[in-house]
Amino acid sequence: MKRALALHIAVLAVLFAAQFVLPPYHHTNIARIMVLAVFAMGYNIAFGYTGLLSLGHALFFAAGLYATGLGIEVWGVPTAVALILGVAAGGAIAAATGVLALRTGGVSFMIVTLMFAQTGYLTILYYGEYTRGDEGIVIARTARAISNLDFSADTPRYFTALALFSIALLVNLVLVRSRLGRSMIAMRENEERSRMLGYDPFRVKLIALSISGLYAGAAGAAYAVLFGYIGASFATIQYSILPLLYVLLGGAGTTLGPFLGALLMFYLIDISSGYTTAHLFVVGAALLVLVLFAPKGILGALREKGAKWLP
Amino acid sequence: MVAVIAPGPILSARGLTKHFGGLKAVENVDFDLTKGQVHALIGPNGAGKTTFVGLLSGRLAASAGRIEFDGQDITSLAAHSRAVRGIAYTFQITSIYTNLPVFDNVALAIQSRGSKTLKAESLAALDRVGLGSRADQIAGTLAYGHQRLLEVAMGLAMQPKLLILDEPTQGLGTAEIEVFNQLVRAITPEVTVLLIEHNMDVVMNLADRITVLNFGEKLATGTRAQIRADPAVQAAYLGG
Repeated sequence: MKRALALHIAVLAVLFAAQFVLPPYHHTNIARIMVLAVFAMGYNIAFGYTGLLSLGHALFFAAGLYATGLGIEVWGVPTAVALILGVAAGGAIAAATGVLALRTGGVSFMIVTLMFAQTGYLTILYYGEYTRGDEGIVIARTARAISNLDFSADTPRYFTALALFSIALLVNLVLVRSRLGRSMIAMRENEERSRMLGYDPFRVKLIALSISGLYAGAAGAAYAVLFGYIGASFATIQYSILPLLYVLLGGAGTTLGPFLGALLMFYLIDISSGYTTAHLFVVGAALLVLVLFAPKGILGALREKGAKWLP
Repeated sequence: MVAVIAPGPILSARGLTKHFGGLKAVENVDFDLTKGQVHALIGPNGAGKTTFVGLLSGRLAASAGRIEFDGQDITSLAAHSRAVRGIAYTFQITSIYTNLPVFDNVALAIQSRGSKTLKAESLAALDRVGLGSRADQIAGTLAYGHQRLLEVAMGLAMQPKLLILDEPTQGLGTAEIEVFNQLVRAITPEVTVLLIEHNMDVVMNLADRITVLNFGEKLATGTRAQIRADPAVQAAYLGG
């Protein structure tokens, strides 16, 4: 436990120190990666720990993004309230989706969550009058602040992303070490056994999916104010697949895997697209290598190779 | 004055029936379990034993009939609710969390009923079956006999009122069977045990009462001596 906690704090310390040395371009990138990593951490709680393979997490991310963005731009609520609204929307939509989708399992669950997310995407387009559809909405710079904290400036943006990431990571660590975390893992490992031990699989999975939605909602809400733009593209299937890829790359069922995966995948795309327009080909090749040589992701492989203490 | 009450049935089933399409797996079975006893359920392969205990534990929904447990009608309760009320079930085919440490396996059984001393209780539950020194080992790497014992430990750790054991000694060696026998004797009469068992030595050693199922119907129920002497049982099962 001590080693694990020390590692997590070390990662946060490095991220804290990094902002003083990073050039502006990477400074913004890392802030974005930390927000996306929170999204992926939420995905990992459902997929990596509870075994729920969802293809609909874009819906929960978009719920947070739009609740905050529309809150500010359309309903005119204060930014702090809009952020809370975003987190709550992610959790609430995930819970509502879960109540229906968790009646299924396995492949059906993937399809049902995918359908829900597509419905969400189409709903955003349908109400284009308010959401401006694909074109999206740029959030006014003046609204992207809470009193003196201006989220559109580099330093506060980085700090806010880091603060959110730190909270999400430490909550994640506590969660997986808790009794609830253990019962979530029990669902992933052997649902029938868990049922006969007195766990209600539906209840445990619904709680896990709701927490996952809170993470996705928080990431979406933060994304809206930190980067100042909301659009329907964030609700597409691509944003359901991205956290899955991050988690698979970094290591499903590891606390630091989502961040590591987001970091590597982000720069893989960033660097390869500087050389070729076929950067998705590079991503595909990287995933093939991953599946062949480290099917449990980078941290999953390390854990198997001896670092058993990795949470 | 303390009234002495004769132990009543902790579980009783009336007219219990399970059909799979046209197959009558369990047909109109009346069944009573006396509190604190070890009750063995025997019968030839395909007699409906596992289906029958599946109905009691809630893994399967009954087609007809009624089950009362500890004075309450549990017929329509889900399996996990029955587990919380004190019915523990160990699987015929070993079902443990093979990727998790041995410790987590029993901890999961204990935390489902709530506990303030999870760690101590988990280690005690492992000591009980002689697996205390293997708490950190991944359960899937245990020898088969130890996996069986771990599953029994998980059942016991739930502190159930009724422990259903589906062929617990299958694949165990003689020494391990002796450990198992001692374990069952040690937990009764606090826990009522329902045992599906093919090993007649174990049955004759442990069972207070025996019920014989054949083709989904109850053929006979009684003490060891009564079952041994029953001509219908001899014809159907004991090869008499």
